[in-house]
Amino acid sequence: MSDVIVENQVIKAVIQVLRQAETELPGDVLSALKSVRDRESNPIARTQLSAIIKNADFAKENVIPMCQDTGVPVFFVDVGREAMINFDLEEAIRKGVARATEEIPLRPNAVHPLTRENSGNVGVGFPDVNFDFVPGKNIKITVMPKGGGAENMSVLRMFTPSEVDDVKHFIIETVKNAGGKPCPPIIVGVGIGGTFDKSARLAKKAALRRLDVPSDDLEQELLEEINSLGIGPMGLGGDTTALKVNIEYAHCHVASLPVAINIQCWAARRASVTLEG
Amino acid sequence: MEHTLRTPLSKADIIKPRAGDIVYLDGIILTARDTAHERLLSSEKIPFDLSGAAIFHCGPLMRKNKKWTPIAVGPTTSARMSKMTPELLEKYGIRAIIGKGGMNGVVDALYEKCIYLAYPGGCAAIATDQIKRVKEVHWLDLGMPEAVWVFEVKQFGPLIVGIDAHGNDLYAEVEKRANEQIKSL
Ligand code: SF4
Repeated sequence: MSDVIVENQVIKAVIQVLRQAETELPGDVLSALKSVRDRESNPIARTQLSAIIKNADFAKENVIPMCQDTGVPVFFVDVGREAMINFDLEEAIRKGVARATEEIPLRPNAVHPLTRENSGNVGVGFPDVNFDFVPGKNIKITVMPKGGGAENMSVLRMFTPSEVDDVKHFIIETVKNAGGKPCPPIIVGVGIGGTFDKSARLAKKAALRRLDVPSDDLEQELLEEINSLGIGPMGLGGDTTALKVNIEYAHCHVASLPVAINIQCWAARRASVTLEG
Repeated sequence: MEHTLRTPLSKADIIKPRAGDIVYLDGIILTARDTAHERLLSSEKIPFDLSGAAIFHCGPLMRKNKKWTPIAVGPTTSARMSKMTPELLEKYGIRAIIGKGGMNGVVDALYEKCIYLAYPGGCAAIATDQIKRVKEVHWLDLGMPEAVWVFEVKQFGPLIVGIDAHGNDLYAEVEKRANEQIKSL
């Protein structure tokens, strides 16, 4: 028999993962930043990377948000098929976000898209919550607070099948056009295939992938070409424009080729917690 | 080269640093983003002094108990303020603009008058720590992020001179090289 998971556990878990994500840069991201700083040949770029690392250390030590843009809380929830709950899981997550906004605190980032009226961090479809069903009886909650500056530089394009060879250039060009605006060094999340919306979802998952997962040949080649542009940290020049390129694929319609690029800034915040059922 | 500057800034202070140099700032900075810029342009009289001032493109997260305390204060994207900047510099004696990401079409307006300083993007935790006192707040009716916050800062930086007072724009140089490089790929 699995144990029943109650609403309050979810609310508390949401506050906990949000606090951790906002205040503690993941270890793999921090090590990647340190290793590029040690390799960086441009002295201005080194000042930027050192400041980022110092900022991350300071935020962790003092348990304060590392960036003033605490982002859109994007949740990925893995629900065990045998998990037992008797409440609205999405509503519990929304309650957790509202409380975290007060307690951490977080910047009120949710506005109506047209009137721009601010509703805190809870609104229609905000936070963004995605569910997956997995084997087992646990619920795993992952949050990825996504900053606006980098999200705004993201692009989706519907290619035709004959344009396969243009995809690489499209990815490099998107990073070039973004320049210093998404707070480089960035992580380039790419979704290739699926439907229009699925490619964007794949791109976001790609941006969420840990940096210590080895790259394949195409990802490595793209990373080297992107870094040859010399945009550098914060667009001030240097060897380090991107930390990693991650690509996720899905099969797509015979007539289409969707490609989505989701840009993630250096503040690649993420944290997970598992509630045992 | 590294410089420490103290506000109010004189012309001599801002003529020295060159694009790519590092600056640390002591003294007073005033936040101003989109709507504060609009009000600055439409106002005849303002309740604070901008001669020799350093303005900061920033929408801070503040908390009020008895006094205002800064929670997370970091630079916002400066490009949005590009259009309003030449007129702003005509009207007030602003000597330094602090932000992130650079600005478009302001090189001439800055010439021998003002410098653009880049704070490392997203580094709000250390920036907030460099604020020693919240001196005043004006125009709170615009909302917390849009109000003009007057902060006393110590060793505020590292600031990189993105655009100097001699017509050099580091961002434009980087962009030009990137445009050439992409053609060769
Ligand atoms: S792009 Fe990222 S690091 Fe830069 S301000 Fe936004 S959330 Fe912060």
